[in-house]
Formats: sequence, C-alpha cells, structure tokens
Amino acid sequence: MSKMTLHLKIWRQKSRNAEGALEDHTIENILPEMSFLEMLDVLNEKLIKAGKEPIEFDSDCREGICGTCGLVINGVAHGPQHLTATCQLHMRTFRDGDTITIEPWRAKAFPILKDLVVDRAAFDRIIQKGGYVSANTGSARDANELPIGKEYADKSFDAAACIGCGACVAACPNASAALFVSAKVSQYTYLPQGHPERYRRVLKMVNQMDEEGFGNCSNHGECEAACPKGISIENIAIMRREYVKAALRAGAAVV
Amino acid sequence: MSTATKRNIEVREGAALKANIPSGSLDRKWDTYKAGIKVVNPANKRKYTVLVVGTGLAGASAAASLAELGYNVKAFCTHDSPRRAHSIAAQGGINAAKNYQNDGDSIWRLFYDTIKGGDFRAREANVHRLAQVSVNIIDQCVAQGVPFAREYGGLLSNRSFGGAQVSRTFYARGQTGQQLLIGAYGAMMRQVEAGKVELLSHREMLDLVVIDGKARGIIARDLYTGEIEQYAGDAVLLCTGGYGNAYYLSTNAKNSNVTAAWRCHKRGAYFANPCFTQIHPTCIPVSGDHQSKLTLMSESLRNDGRVWVPKNPTDKRPPAQIPEEDRDYYLERKYPSFGNLVPRDVASRNAKYVCDEGRGVGETQLAVYMDFADSIKRLGEKAVRDRYDNLFEMYERITGENPYHEPMRIYPAVHYTMGGLWVDYDLQTTIPGLFALGEANFSDHGANRLGASALMQGLADGYFVIPYTLGDYLANSEIKPVSTQHEAFGATTQEVQAQVSQLLAIQGNKTVTEFHRELGLKLWDYVGMSRTADGLKQVISEIPALRKEFWENVRVPGDAKDWNKNLEFAGRVADFLELGELMAIDALNREESCGGHFREEYQTPDGEALRNDEEYTYAAAWEYTGKPGDPILHKENLEFENVKPSQRSYK
Repeated sequence: MSKMTLHLKIWRQKSRNAEGALEDHTIENILPEMSFLEMLDVLNEKLIKAGKEPIEFDSDCREGICGTCGLVINGVAHGPQHLTATCQLHMRTFRDGDTITIEPWRAKAFPILKDLVVDRAAFDRIIQKGGYVSANTGSARDANELPIGKEYADKSFDAAACIGCGACVAACPNASAALFVSAKVSQYTYLPQGHPERYRRVLKMVNQMDEEGFGNCSNHGECEAACPKGISIENIAIMRREYVKAALRAGAAVV
Repeated sequence: MSTATKRNIEVREGAALKANIPSGSLDRKWDTYKAGIKVVNPANKRKYTVLVVGTGLAGASAAASLAELGYNVKAFCTHDSPRRAHSIAAQGGINAAKNYQNDGDSIWRLFYDTIKGGDFRAREANVHRLAQVSVNIIDQCVAQGVPFAREYGGLLSNRSFGGAQVSRTFYARGQTGQQLLIGAYGAMMRQVEAGKVELLSHREMLDLVVIDGKARGIIARDLYTGEIEQYAGDAVLLCTGGYGNAYYLSTNAKNSNVTAAWRCHKRGAYFANPCFTQIHPTCIPVSGDHQSKLTLMSESLRNDGRVWVPKNPTDKRPPAQIPEEDRDYYLERKYPSFGNLVPRDVASRNAKYVCDEGRGVGETQLAVYMDFADSIKRLGEKAVRDRYDNLFEMYERITGENPYHEPMRIYPAVHYTMGGLWVDYDLQTTIPGLFALGEANFSDHGANRLGASALMQGLADGYFVIPYTLGDYLANSEIKPVSTQHEAFGATTQEVQAQVSQLLAIQGNKTVTEFHRELGLKLWDYVGMSRTADGLKQVISEIPALRKEFWENVRVPGDAKDWNKNLEFAGRVADFLELGELMAIDALNREESCGGHFREEYQTPDGEALRNDEEYTYAAAWEYTGKPGDPILHKENLEFENVKPSQRSYK
C-alpha cells in the first residue's frame, strides 16, 4: 500500500454572512482505500488534537444514497469519478503529491452555513409544492389492479433515483435546479398514478424553483455529467413539454 | 484482555409487564381492537398537537397519516432534509403477504416465518398484525407512485429473501428504502403544504418533557444555530431508528444514534432486549483503522451469489485458481434446504466460524467469498446486471474490484437492532403519551429480524397502526393544555444546557471519535456475534471506566451556539457509553442463545443456538434507576398460543 501526501486547499467560512477563504493543509499517510471523507476525518482528528477548529462538512449514510454530502473537488461537483457521490469517492483516484481544492456547493439558493456546509431547504420547498401523488393513507386499491408496463416503471425509477444532493445546481453555470425538478416531474409523468395532478404539479414546482432564486436551464448539460445517479437531461425535455402543455391547457389559473 | 476485575451483576427484578393484547383469536385481534377503540371526532383532531421525532419510514408515514386525519403535527429530523433519514439506505425490499406468485404465501405464513425468524422471542399479536397490514402497505405505496420493479405484463415483481421459502419481497432495484421513503416524504411534504405538518429540520431531540406522568413535549437543539428550543404537544412519537452505531462501525449512517430514545429511557421509558442486535452477513469487509462506517451489500444478492471459502486454511490461491473440489460452499453443505438463504444470524455466525478456522480470505482473512460466476453462466451477465448492477458498482467503487470477474469478499457487520424501547400493543412506551415506532421500538422482530421486514414494520407502524392507537389514547386520556411556560420545560431545558456546556468545558486530550471507537471495539468483541459470561462481565467492568474517562478527558472543539458536528457526536457517544453497558447486562442476564444473541455456553452439539424456553420466553425490559449500570428488570412473558416454539431448523 503506497501512502500519499496531499496538499489541500479547503474553503473556510465562519458563518452565513462571513467572508470565506481557502486554507492550506498538508496531510500525510493517506491510503488509497480510504474514502475522501475518511481522509477529511483524519485531517479533522489532527486539527482537534492540535487545538484547532475542525473543518465542518456534512455527510450521513456514506454509501451514496442519502444525498447529504457534496463537495466541489478541484472544481467538479462530487469530484473526478463519474456517477459517484463524494462519500463514495476513494483516494485511489488521487496520486501522491496532488493538490486538491475543496469547496462547498455554490449557488444563491444554497447559502453557505459554515465551511463546506450549505442549506438546501429550497429543494424541500419545491417538493412541497407538488412533488408527490396525493393519495391519503388507506384509500388505495389493490396494487396489481393497474398494470404498468415495465418500460414505463423502469423509466420512472430512473428519474426517481435522484438523491437530492444538489450537485446539478452546483455544476450548472446558471445554478439551475432544472435537473432536480424535472426528475420528480418525470417520475410521475411516466406513471398513471401521477397523471391526475400532472399539470398542476409541473406549474407549481417550476414556479417555486424560480421563486427560490435558481437560474434557468440553458442546456449546458453539466448537471447530468455531475449527477452521481446518472439522472438524464432527457427529463428536462420532458418537464418542458409538460410545462408547455400545462400552461396551454390551464393557463396561469392553476398556479 | 485487561486485568480489571470482572463485575458480577445481580439483577433486581420489578413487576411484570402487560402488553394490552386484545382478546380473541389471533387473526381477529386487530379487527376486534379497531372496533373497540374510541375515535377522536374530526373537529377535535385539530385541537391536538403530535410531535413526531424522526422522519424515516416510520416517522414520515406517521406524520403524513396523522396530518391527513386532521391532527396538527410537528415533524423533527436531525438532517437538513427529512428525505435523508437512514431508511433511505435500505436496499433489498419489503415483504408483503400478497401471494401474487401463487406460491402458497399467506398472512399466516408471513406471520409464522417472522415469529420463527425471530427465534420465538417476538410478541405473536404484534407480528400477526404486521403480516395483516403488510398487504395494505404495498397498495398504499403503489398509489403514491413508488416505482416498484415490474414484469413485462405490467404486474409487480417479487424476489426471495432469507428465512422464507416463498417469493414475497417487493423491490425497486437495489434502492427500495429510498423509493419508499421518498413516497412517505412526499406524502408528508403534501401536508406541510396543507399547513398540517410543521417541518422542523436540523433539530436534534435532546430530552423529553414529562408533566403529570405524561409525555408532553421535547427539548431540541437547532443544529444550525445551536439554540436550545422547547416544543409542547399532546403526544410524542419516537421514530428515531436503532442503536447500531453503539458499535462505532456499523452499516448505519454516521448520524444514526440512540440519544432521543435513551433520554426517554432515563425519563422512565423501559428499554427492552438491548442485547438483540443484528449482525448482517453480507457487508464489505473492514479495510483499515481509518474506516468510518461499513457498507452493506443487500441480502438479495444471496439469491444468486454462492458463499464459499477454501476447504484448506493453507490454500492462498486467488479464487479463480481454486477448483470446485477445493471449495467449501459451507451454507449449502450445512443447510441444504435453505442453502445461501438461511436467516442473517445463521449466515453471519457461520462466516465467523470459517474465519475462526483460518479459512477466511483476502488480506485481513476476515472475509468469505460471495461468488456470482455460476449465476452469470446460468442467466447471462445481462440478467445479473439487471438485478444487481447498482450493488456491483457500489462494491467496485469501494474495493476497486469488479464482482463480474472475481467473487465479492464479504464479512458480517452490525446492521440493525431488534431491541429498543418497550412498547405495548398500542406502540405506547411505559410513559403514557410516548409512543415508539419502527426500529426505535422492540416489538416485532424478536431476537432476529428477517430481511425485508424492517421497511414493512416502519411503514406498518406509521401508516396503519399509530393512526388508530394514538386516537384511542387521546380520546381516553385527560390531557390538560400545557405550554412551554410550564416549569417542567424550564427545568428540563436547564439540564440539557448544562450537559452541552459540560461537554465543551472538559477540553481533555481525546477526541469524541477515539472514545467511540474504543467503546465500539469492546462491544464488537464482547457483545457481538458471540458472547460469553466471562467476556460480558469483563466489558461490564470496563465500560464504566471508559465512561468516567470520557467525562474527564474528552475534547470537544468549537462553540455551543454554532454548527458543531463534534458537539453533536459527543452527546451521542455519551449515551452510547451508557447504553453499551445495558446491552452487556442484558446479554449476561439472558442465559440462552437465541437469534442474534449467541452465548457460547448455550449451543447444540452442531453449533446452533440453544434456547431455554423454560426460563427465557420473555422480553427483558429495563428500567433506569438514576444511574447507569443499575437497572431493574421487568419481564413481559411471551405467550405462544398459536405457534409452538421449536428449535429453528433451516437444514
């Protein structure tokens, strides 16, 4: 096992409104099988022992599904490995002597709380507007009464695999949330259960996305490239079609 | 082993517990119960406020369902968004007795499998109710737009899981927990929009407020600002998950913890069967000291993966060079009828045995192979990819090895805790008005949980049980209005604040993680896959010393009024240091082997768990007496009226 020495440039910011800056750290004896966050754990243990404040970052499941973690690593949301959340990025991706820049998600709608931690409550508020099927508990009919073609179920699942991490926003030059919102719109567009509310849903969610201060989508495709779950920008096309249909049918009255 | 003196414990016993199980035949109990309860009329429901702590499957489904009924709900989660609760990480699936496969499944069979899987240490009536409502869960989730796996004809697809001989597991690729949680989260967010749920994210419950003997509020810390906040309500629902992180290394998320449940325990809620912990057989092995958590590989892989080790301990050839005749497919050999699909406790223990024999594989020799070569040959790589691709990818990302070409290396890891707060049939703890749902309670899985049953239980409790039982409590209890001005709020808040200040004031030499790791190793060694009286006495004497050192020598950086991850963890580790001792005491008290609790002194000649039904057919619920390590035991005797406990056999 070859141990690595790495030079880190890490964003430090005391609070929401404080000015931030990159801080230099050199760390030794990093093993290739460590995860990226374990490398930061090691650094933080050292800082605490030295009487310094550790670098704040958030993470939870550390298996790429909860969407809590998210760092911009060398300018790339979630780092260099395709289809990989920060927590599943391993140090074997880096070489001895590398310099690594680590920053938080940057977007107006995701204010920085401290160091590498951002506030993504905007996503919850978008979902709140219609990212669900309205089905009260207890009112459902038998699950097999309504067959749904495998192709549609699979497509729906592909969109539903979004983990809400926000990498799409961080990667987008406009800080647009179009990929996130469209994934939810698509999930329910592919399923008959989603149809009764489809137009209402897309209008309200898109409206909220704008309210939150996310930018517009201008087809850069950076979002898809950064997405750890491979959510396709095809979903954005679906969302646009749905939005146009909804706007034509219902006008602004639904919003 | 250190030379610290071993502590003998003398168990003090208190009054037996009654679970309030409805009368009548097993299959009528739940209906009888529902027919007999009082309901709160719709106009009155909006006068009640329910505090739901935790927004995993149990919490989100409860919050949504109660709000739909008209209650005012406040939903708390430690995460920045409720969608991140650890239910999200469940991979394999959810059981339901739909019998869509025409393979002989039924409510009775699911009930029976669960009781047997739990090694006859679960409560019959609860488990039967769980099996009954399992079918409604699938209907509900499909109605919500959960994209379950389907066949080409458009109907739902099923697969098999350990401990069952029918195919009753519904799934959404390897992300079933995620899809079910997003469904429940969506339902809850709909109620946020409707104004019936107030969402309080990034709040950690740090204490329970008890007034006139009833749960009437909580004290929480805003993890963004560090503010200590007070919330009053008419009932409190704990949906805060399990305590697997006591072991430090587990498949739980980094933030999973016992704090909310433990602090309720210290306020009077009994903690049941803490020694019933589940070690999951198929996890990615530990790679070094830096390891921060372990990653599970879904049990569904055992449908197509064959588990083996070399026959000969000296055989160090790479797996591909070991011919069939030199391999030991030990699960297929020992358990021909269940083979690789034996329950988790059996699979884990057997992995430990072959590694103890020196036949473990990989660098650390603490791993066994799970091999897909035969399935790839039989089904083609595409079919295997369809079933497990995301799991294979995850494995490759972590280990750098491709499981399509070489067998996975797996080893058991702590995964789930069957123990938890004691609850009666209504899911009510020993504190009136405090309910525990999902993994936070102890009720349904006995000494071992079967695969794909955790999601089922979380959603059963939240969608279909608590809406009835909570209503009955509220309608039957005299609940006076209280506000956070009540003196109990002030007193409890002060205690919470004092603890936070104390943690920051110590400024010792060891980090929170160092203490946590140390405790975790002790628990893994002595209260892990196999336990002995000697080892347990040893650890019961060591933990108080470690706890003492923690309170003298921990270093928590940063401030109270700020985002401070180390401070959060410090409070949680302080609680694990108390719970760990109770786990060991419970394990020492239970002089038998059952399910995940394996005492080396009690085994059959061929190494299977040997229960002692005569003396231990009970749930052990522990009462806190004011200091850790000095609990009083309350027994709930388990009565098996419908199933005769037998030695579990998966041969």
